[in-house]
Amino acid sequence: MSGSLIGKRVLRKEDHRFVSGKGRYTDDIQLVGVTYAAFVRSPYARADIKSFDVSEALAAPGVIAVLTGEEVVKDGLGGLPCGWMIHSKDGSEMRQPHHPVLAADRVNYLGEPVALVIAETQLEAKNAAEMVMVDFEPLTAVVNPATASQAETLYEAVPNNVCYEWELGDEAATDAGLAAAAHITTLQLTNNRLIPNAIEPRAALAEYNSGTDEIILHTTSQNPHLVRLIMTAFVQIAPEHKLRVIAPDVGGGFGSKIFIYSEETALAWAAKKLGLTIKWTAERSESFLTDAHGRDHVSEAQLALSAEGEFLALKVKTIANMGAYLSTFASAVPTYLYGTLLAGQYRTPAIYVEVDSVFTNTAPVDAYRGAGRPEATYLVERIVEKAAAEMGLDPAELRRRNFIGRDQFPYQTPVALEYDTGDYEASLSKALEMADYDTFATRQAEAASRGKLRGIGLSCYIEACGLAPSQVAGALGAGVGLWESGEVRVNPTGSVTVLTGSHSHGQGHETTFAQLVADRLGLPIEDVEVVHGDTGKLDFGLGTYGSRSLAVGGSALSVAADKVVEKGRKIAAHLLRTDVDNIDFDAPVFKMLDSNESKTFQEIAFAAYVNHDYPSDELEPGLAEKAFYDPLNFTYPAGTHICEVEIDPDTGVVEVVQFVAVDDFGTIINPMIVEGQVHGGLAQGIGQALLEQAVYDDTGQLITGSYMDYCMPRADNFPDFKVGMTCTPCTHNPVGAKGCGEAGAIGSPPAVMNAITHALGGIEVDMPATSEKVWRAVQTMRTLKTA
Amino acid sequence: METIELKINGRKRTLHCLPNATLVEVLRDQLHLTGTHVGCDTTQCGACTIHVDGCAVKACTVLAVRSDGSDVMTIEGLAENEASHPMQEAFKACHGLQCGFCTPGMIMSAVDLVNKGCALEPSAIREALSGNICRCTGYQNIVAAVMQGASEMQEQSS
Ligand code: FES
Ligand code: FES
Repeated sequence: MSGSLIGKRVLRKEDHRFVSGKGRYTDDIQLVGVTYAAFVRSPYARADIKSFDVSEALAAPGVIAVLTGEEVVKDGLGGLPCGWMIHSKDGSEMRQPHHPVLAADRVNYLGEPVALVIAETQLEAKNAAEMVMVDFEPLTAVVNPATASQAETLYEAVPNNVCYEWELGDEAATDAGLAAAAHITTLQLTNNRLIPNAIEPRAALAEYNSGTDEIILHTTSQNPHLVRLIMTAFVQIAPEHKLRVIAPDVGGGFGSKIFIYSEETALAWAAKKLGLTIKWTAERSESFLTDAHGRDHVSEAQLALSAEGEFLALKVKTIANMGAYLSTFASAVPTYLYGTLLAGQYRTPAIYVEVDSVFTNTAPVDAYRGAGRPEATYLVERIVEKAAAEMGLDPAELRRRNFIGRDQFPYQTPVALEYDTGDYEASLSKALEMADYDTFATRQAEAASRGKLRGIGLSCYIEACGLAPSQVAGALGAGVGLWESGEVRVNPTGSVTVLTGSHSHGQGHETTFAQLVADRLGLPIEDVEVVHGDTGKLDFGLGTYGSRSLAVGGSALSVAADKVVEKGRKIAAHLLRTDVDNIDFDAPVFKMLDSNESKTFQEIAFAAYVNHDYPSDELEPGLAEKAFYDPLNFTYPAGTHICEVEIDPDTGVVEVVQFVAVDDFGTIINPMIVEGQVHGGLAQGIGQALLEQAVYDDTGQLITGSYMDYCMPRADNFPDFKVGMTCTPCTHNPVGAKGCGEAGAIGSPPAVMNAITHALGGIEVDMPATSEKVWRAVQTMRTLKTA
Repeated sequence: METIELKINGRKRTLHCLPNATLVEVLRDQLHLTGTHVGCDTTQCGACTIHVDGCAVKACTVLAVRSDGSDVMTIEGLAENEASHPMQEAFKACHGLQCGFCTPGMIMSAVDLVNKGCALEPSAIREALSGNICRCTGYQNIVAAVMQGASEMQEQSS
């Protein structure tokens, strides 16, 4: 029976509650005696706080309390820390400004919280928040990352606003490669700043029980244990065992719900301080202002090629915007999740990258779907395609000449990673076939007959997922090991409860993880229930991000299931009065070798709990096993995306007319769910390429602060995507899985932009390729043609 | 406080609310019908879509007092006699949801577009759903679900 559920399109166990309105998101939870919080926020990007006057607010109807940044200081709360230490080239540690829970004397970005009002109703809290008088003295804001290091210093402890100046790779070898080149392609680009926009806004509901001194915090988190760890060990609002964090149904995250934010922390602190139950749910405009933003790089790169188109060296210089403070994982994103991916799928022998991360008076920037890897892929795949055009080579052919061959694994890149396995040619050729690449010219001519400019663009991406081998991560500065925990708990009747430190906020773990365990144990999937998202129920877990859930969390469950089988064999041996070596598990039956005797899984489960004749020195009762799985390496999903666009030269409107994605995610448990992940990632990646951008003006006011100004992808922005798979199983985890959550967002932006550049005859525009930018490019193209 | 009478999911209710309370606030906070979600503050996301007198409406944009006397249906009332509505079944069957947050609004919009006789082809459905934002699915499986749910709705009514 084992193997019968792997690779099956099992419909999702969680869906019934969602389609019937019975999901239970944080804001849906109703508790007796609840009060409501509203935050007072800075209307300036940078200002000194001269004073607070809360008297009017306190006197307003329904108001229970007003807490300001001054109380945070008085209570001695710690700042919100960043979990990854990066060292600069000169060996010095990154500079980290104090990130207060509520600002007391200086605000550093628009929307930064300075106080919270707690009242009987939400409306009363919001009204009173308007009455809190904060005397701000506005200061000049630093907004542009490209010039931030020459601007006024924002923090005394951070000279020139530079967080770190990081490097990776061999500069001398890279310069030698450039010197020996027959051709050098150069490229300047920006990776546009994005706002994650999970459709469920962040929310928190904190209750305090004075009888037990326990805080229960329900919150929109991708990793509740990390919330608990940081709030207790670093901010010190309570001892760790007195804070229970529950992340119930969570409406999407895409990275933005990994981080530990001011609002949730302040709520837990206030609940205990005031002995109250308090709820806060962000308005969308608060999400725009304060959810950690993504991307925001400015880069220049040089690719050195031989006359035959062989890559000799790649040199990259990037400025990354950290925003006003270092968010939870911010420092790692433009370094170890970016620089290490610059080899792409290629054998480029020498690579050197420098990254300067700078502070600005904008919202903190951290991991957003892909986190660093989209930025790396965008740079590599844009410059490779540009090189092909400059050298008159077919872009697919140029890539082929430089691919790491399928027989060259494991492959050590010059930027620290060792790829375990892959077959880049397989994905490329499958994608070319699905895209009818060979007949593009016909479609282009047909489009031209309708007055449209048609272009095609490729992107062969790679990412490093399955964060992370703890030893490697630790050596690179991670503050915590990045293993995952899992438990397979067999109940006396033989049903199984699976507990995982991973968290599902749309990914479908309740189905995929149940499939995995049911398959291992030979049980019907209905008998397996997955529990996640509650520090009160689970062992410490590290949560869901970086496409790690199945590769790391699933592997933990696989190991735990193996342990259950081992224990079951011992129980079977005891019951059948034989040696354990004589027991074979042929899921779901424990069989005695050379005999007809056997025990079913249910019989073993029951016996595990009800028997009373175990040899106590050899066999404990019970059948529940745990595993903490620490991966041996990263996993390396890779693939090829091909986009075709049509541009209307009169309006500059870009239509994606075909999009092909072929991905190698290793072993797939549920193809339906995996394809869904690809679709969602593609929509976000194409959204980045065509529509989305967070814009601040020179004073640090957010221009794109609502859905009226920030262009979200909608159903009519896309064609049906054509999705295909290839498979080289991961070599070092027991599931063979590599991770699929981010690939769509990583691979697609360069494919779209390469297609647009192709349609525009080589004229480059930056993302997002709005109709205005594209229309202007068309005008330039026409001028060049007539000149 | 104002007093209003609504028929909600087939049941008559008399409610007291502030004159500035929106319909979605009343549904969620007073009636605990939390299947209707709030995803924005500018009438853009459609997570709050319900039916008022048979038409899809964004419940964040209607004052509760303005719907006095109306017949309101939320996602919780879509299924009749405990059996799922064909559109709910189709969303499950086509994997038309991930985090599920946009889903009640999507389903209510989808049922409405079928009722209004929207052409059942992908491009028309995509346009008809452009008032509902989904950040998870990339819309493809939602469109497939609406096609399937629509044909089952038509079969049931014929
Ligand atoms: S909540 Fe977004 S449209 Fe109503
Ligand atoms: S399923 Fe998450 S927003 Fe649509």
